[in-house]
Amino acid sequence: MTAITERQQLLYAERTAAEVRVNVELETDEGMTLNIGPQHPATHGTLRIIAKLDGEQVVWADVAPGYMHRGYEKLTEVRTYPQVTTLVNRIDWLGSFANEVPFILAAEELMEIEAPPRARHIRTILFEMARLANIVLFLGDLGVQLGAVTPAFFAFRDREHVLDQIEAVTGGRFHPNFDRIGGLKDDLPKGWIADTKAVMVRIRGFCDEIEALLFGNEIFETRTRGVGVIPASVALSYGLSGANLRASGVDWDLRRDGGIAGLAHGDVDWRVWTHPDGDSFARCWVRLQETREATKIIDQLCDGLPGGPIMAKVPRIIKVPAGEAYVETENPLGAMGYYVVSKGDVGPFRVKIRSASFSNVSVVPWLLRGVYVPDIITILASLYFILGDIDR
Amino acid sequence: MAKLSGPKTPGLIKGLGVTFKTMTRTMFPARGIKTLIPAPSVGAATVQYPHEKETPAPRARGVIALKEDNCTVCMLCARSCPDWCIYIEGHKDTAPPRRPGGKPRSVNRLDRFDIDYALCMYCGICVEVCPFDALFWSPEYEYSELKLADLLHDKERLGEWMQAVPDFEAYEAGSEQKVRKVPR
Amino acid sequence: MTALTTAVELSYWQQTLLRTVGVLAAVLLPAGTLVYVFLFKMMSFMQSRLGPMEAGPYGSMQLLAEVGKWIQKEDIVPWRADRKLFALAPYIIVLSVFMTYVVVPFGPDAWFANLDVGVFFVLAVSSVSVLGILIAGWASANKYSLLGGLRAAGQLIAYELPMVLAVVGVVIQAGTLNMQGIVAAQHEGEIFGLGVIGNPFIITQAIGFFIFLIAMQAELTQAPFDMPIAESELVSGYMTEYSGMRFLLFFIAEFAGAGAFAAVAATLFLGGWALPGVDLDADVMNVLGPIVLLVKILVVSFLVFWVRFTYPRFREDQLQQLAWKVLIPLSLVNILATMVLKVAF
Repeated sequence: MTAITERQQLLYAERTAAEVRVNVELETDEGMTLNIGPQHPATHGTLRIIAKLDGEQVVWADVAPGYMHRGYEKLTEVRTYPQVTTLVNRIDWLGSFANEVPFILAAEELMEIEAPPRARHIRTILFEMARLANIVLFLGDLGVQLGAVTPAFFAFRDREHVLDQIEAVTGGRFHPNFDRIGGLKDDLPKGWIADTKAVMVRIRGFCDEIEALLFGNEIFETRTRGVGVIPASVALSYGLSGANLRASGVDWDLRRDGGIAGLAHGDVDWRVWTHPDGDSFARCWVRLQETREATKIIDQLCDGLPGGPIMAKVPRIIKVPAGEAYVETENPLGAMGYYVVSKGDVGPFRVKIRSASFSNVSVVPWLLRGVYVPDIITILASLYFILGDIDR
Repeated sequence: MAKLSGPKTPGLIKGLGVTFKTMTRTMFPARGIKTLIPAPSVGAATVQYPHEKETPAPRARGVIALKEDNCTVCMLCARSCPDWCIYIEGHKDTAPPRRPGGKPRSVNRLDRFDIDYALCMYCGICVEVCPFDALFWSPEYEYSELKLADLLHDKERLGEWMQAVPDFEAYEAGSEQKVRKVPR
Repeated sequence: MTALTTAVELSYWQQTLLRTVGVLAAVLLPAGTLVYVFLFKMMSFMQSRLGPMEAGPYGSMQLLAEVGKWIQKEDIVPWRADRKLFALAPYIIVLSVFMTYVVVPFGPDAWFANLDVGVFFVLAVSSVSVLGILIAGWASANKYSLLGGLRAAGQLIAYELPMVLAVVGVVIQAGTLNMQGIVAAQHEGEIFGLGVIGNPFIITQAIGFFIFLIAMQAELTQAPFDMPIAESELVSGYMTEYSGMRFLLFFIAEFAGAGAFAAVAATLFLGGWALPGVDLDADVMNVLGPIVLLVKILVVSFLVFWVRFTYPRFREDQLQQLAWKVLIPLSLVNILATMVLKVAF
């Protein structure tokens, strides 16, 4: 009989210990600990959810964000306002123009200047196009999370046209870096409005296709109806915003109720969509309707575009006067706000970024108790967060 | 479980219809007499790079070109870059006076102007901030290298990119912006 | 096989060798065709894209490229995995698929084994893959694989029953379990006196065909029944920890399995290798038969993959509800109706 080496003995001991650990886990009340993430196809990025499972049911869950923390608020302390505008594009990288808007509006509030009406209109158009780019991808990704691979490709195919339009104006598909204190960097190129209207028709066609392919599907309805119900009071107390809040029946939209003078939503005719159920289906449905509504807003804004200058009179090197300002806007992911503290310098003294996804994700521990593992994915998909937005 | 609501087509069948329709549209994109000739390369949304290439918009931020004659080594671009990826060195020189009998002028001459595209964020602050129209955007994007160090474009290479800079486009109706000219 | 052996004197071991090579070809050819036509091309066209186009004309060599890629990959076995079971699992699944092909007839004399209990053998042998999946899930030492393996066990066992019951209707109508006999019954039969296309059982056993397709989709763990794999949750379910050649075996088994079940469905419901009008014993059917069967396999697989690429997936309990509360009662009703109508007419 050959002698057993010490290494073999250690290996054997470790293997049995690992098995014993799993057995202990399985047999205690707490259940098997499962780490969903940080590397996982379902969490839109590096989000870690620690779940204790009893079979396929979640007994306890917690969210551990921070794997993508890039130190934005610290970075802004040593950057000038144009540089911060560039960086801030990358917080919610899908609806990128929408990140710049509240920051620029806060700086404009401190400087007490107003962008000219044409700039205000185009700013709103690009804001809504950012919403389209973001939510169209959500609709495609929704299919993937639930197992239907085809809607994702339709989403990317039709989203390309929106990105092409953003590129034609700003030069960048994903990171426009176009908003400036006092207006916008440049004006629209010739033929842009006609092209944009054609793209809006296409996006509406995409919404109809997704409705037929995904939302009308009985399997989709069975997977999402009644799953992850968030009552309105819970939604409000956890600070949910955006479509998550409206899907629980709360009629609150910062575009209409926020009193933001810097955006032109008050000049057009549109409606806020709510749904009384508060389940995953409601959240997805509200976002689908919001996409359609965004196309209508863009159409009306394109029709009623005023002429005029694109930039107010601002000095070459901008020094924002001392003060504090907080502006919150209805970004694609929810309510995003920037609290800008200025000491009269070329760059901000401190910027606090209130990101929508951070608050949206805070409801996950409450929501995941008692759900099945496949429903975790449905719920995360319907809550819709971007990691850059959670972690900044 | 799966309920068929009256005479309406169940969603399951409609979904199958959508995918089937997309498949036929991709395979047979032609209209008219040529309807049944398969041509998926035309019908699909794919652009088969590198055999076919898409032309980006004229304003697309592909690469930055330098017009050396306009540069006065004011260092504004290097200072405003968020990544500090522009490296500028210059020296003061004397130029002949403008009028005979006048003082010789001191001018800045550019020795080194490098942009490190490995660091560049393509934000465009340098192009925007330049007061002398020395930097321009070009939609050219095919300049990837095998070595990271080769992504540092020097003065000559940046000057060559000027050929790829398109003219500025006209603006939409109602705009008060004037179309600038690219110095060639 | 009988025609060949009379021309050339082959001993038993030579015949077995030929049959083994034949089964390999019979398994890999449909699998390769299915992968290329449906997974690479049809899926891409349904998603407005082109699929692989670089390897060979229109990407036809992509499968060879993939095989070469998988073979040369590093073989990673997780630290805490049970090595022997981990290695064994893919072979069990591949074995089950190969054995399914053994009883499918490709022509009047082109078959590997003409068992009198052909249908029973097929159904029994296709259940062996459940073992392989469970073993793969447990031996991977990965909680996600474990979840996938357990889900697979529940699902595959649940959907065995509707499959068996759907086939019982066909057997009652044909009167035999022998696969060649079933092909003959469809070829010789008549619909209301018209013998033009024979009597393919898809017409009378339409409900059975429908149930068989759904059960087949579940047995192959294709969407909407791909909970065991569930790409967005479990990454790859029970296959997560497998790499290289071992994963290639899973991949081949998945598509060869699709081909095998499609071949069985084609034989039981669409008439198998027989062409209406051509005599059953004709020698030319030994060559034409496999081609006809391949075409019918492609038709059935088209339906399977069309559904796979369109629908989202069911949750595990909804899956089970569908099997136990809807499919099994429906198939029992089908059997009852078939029995009554067979005796009445």
